[in-house]
Amino acid sequence: MREIQAQEVSRTVADMCQQANYHLGRDMREALARARDREESPVGRDILDQLLQNASIAEAEHIPLCQDTGVAVFFVDLGQDVHISGGGLEEAINEGVRQGYSQGLLRKSMVAHPWRRKNTGDNTPAIIHLRLVPGDRLRLTFTAKGGGSENMSALRMLKPADGLEGVKNFVVETVAKAGPNACPPMVVGVGVGGNFETCALLAKKALLRPVGQPNADPELAQVEEELLQRANRLGVGPQGLGGRITVLAVQMEVYPCHIASLPVAVNIQCHANRHVVAEL
Amino acid sequence: MSGESLVVHTPLDPETARRLRAGQRVLLRGVVYAARDAAHKRMVEALEQGGSLPFPPEGAVIYYVGPTPAPPGRPIGAAGPTTSGRMDGYAPALLAQGVRGMIGKGYRSPAVKEALRQYGAVYLAATGGAGALLSRCIVQSEVIAYPDLGPEAVLRLEVLDFPAVVVNDAQGGDLYEAGKKQYALPDETGGHAAG
Ligand code: SF4
Repeated sequence: MREIQAQEVSRTVADMCQQANYHLGRDMREALARARDREESPVGRDILDQLLQNASIAEAEHIPLCQDTGVAVFFVDLGQDVHISGGGLEEAINEGVRQGYSQGLLRKSMVAHPWRRKNTGDNTPAIIHLRLVPGDRLRLTFTAKGGGSENMSALRMLKPADGLEGVKNFVVETVAKAGPNACPPMVVGVGVGGNFETCALLAKKALLRPVGQPNADPELAQVEEELLQRANRLGVGPQGLGGRITVLAVQMEVYPCHIASLPVAVNIQCHANRHVVAEL
Repeated sequence: MSGESLVVHTPLDPETARRLRAGQRVLLRGVVYAARDAAHKRMVEALEQGGSLPFPPEGAVIYYVGPTPAPPGRPIGAAGPTTSGRMDGYAPALLAQGVRGMIGKGYRSPAVKEALRQYGAVYLAATGGAGALLSRCIVQSEVIAYPDLGPEAVLRLEVLDFPAVVVNDAQGGDLYEAGKKQYALPDETGGHAAG
């Protein structure tokens, strides 16, 4: 058994929250720079320049990239030979969020109840997806998920007869509907298969890959590429003002499913694609 | 879309607002009022009860934003636009009071576009997610109403060369429609053209 102190988890989480909100990852910067080179619309190029500049200002002046510093979402892989001491794991993560969002002057965007809507004041509770894995490490992946793009995400239970074509059409349709609301250029996470909740989780997990890293399965990689091409024919463009680059990458994950089902979830991620990983 | 940015002063006078066309890039100078979901709800409730808005409505420009807390020595934190559609239900009532501009991101409803025509007002988009960049164009910030709403309080912001683009104008022009049309390519896969 390896001991990990709850306090150490909190400290790590507090750092991650700030890191993600002040530093846009290299994968995203490179994707935006490539998009800048390929965009034909002058306004689109202007927007992409602004976004690259925004990332530099955020980094240099320690201002969050986006004022929506997100819901704190964690994917946690807990080694089964780890023992968390000095407190519960979930509480340790929430304590880290509390510290990180307050020390980092990040916006608190959680309300305690879906229709009473009083702000909890510290951006908790975090949304935590916990998985027990072999080993004695604790791996945390944090993503700050903004509301604008999350709101344009969609899930549909297709019929098996709809097949891959049905999946593709649903993805393109969802991107078209998202349009300017999701702060394009976007990254599109797609989960296919599993059941109702699993496909949604797959879609979000797909977004955790470095942007533009294709699926390891060549067939899926080809579907991703085709969807990227199709989405970029929509003309939505950066910020929806018209242009070639609506989507930077489509990232898909699949899972076995029931003989009667073909669930598809599309999780839309804006260009403020903030995720960091830490291992203890 | 016109390449040159036009300097536009706030509050917006009726002539300027009517002259602005979808696609025009602007740099805003003057005062804008920050308000989002919860503040809109309260403002419209106040109007329904015969009260008034927490700022002079004539020619006012409302910015849909909920900034991050200000770092020491700065007027405001990250301050990019939020999705405007959530304010659609409230916007016509504010335009009826004399508000003449709104800044946000994303689609507006047919009712809001109609109200823009009726009252000679404009809807502008700022770059969503450029919170750090836009924060530099805000030189002063002050809470003027509903401090209990935290990041959703109403702020009086002084902006200098705040970049935005006219999306919906008072003549029915719509940059989201026009821009997409200009760059859309036919869907060659035989799949239905998603629209
Ligand atoms: S959709 Fe993303 S980039 Fe746009 S405001 Fe929300 S978090 Fe920021």
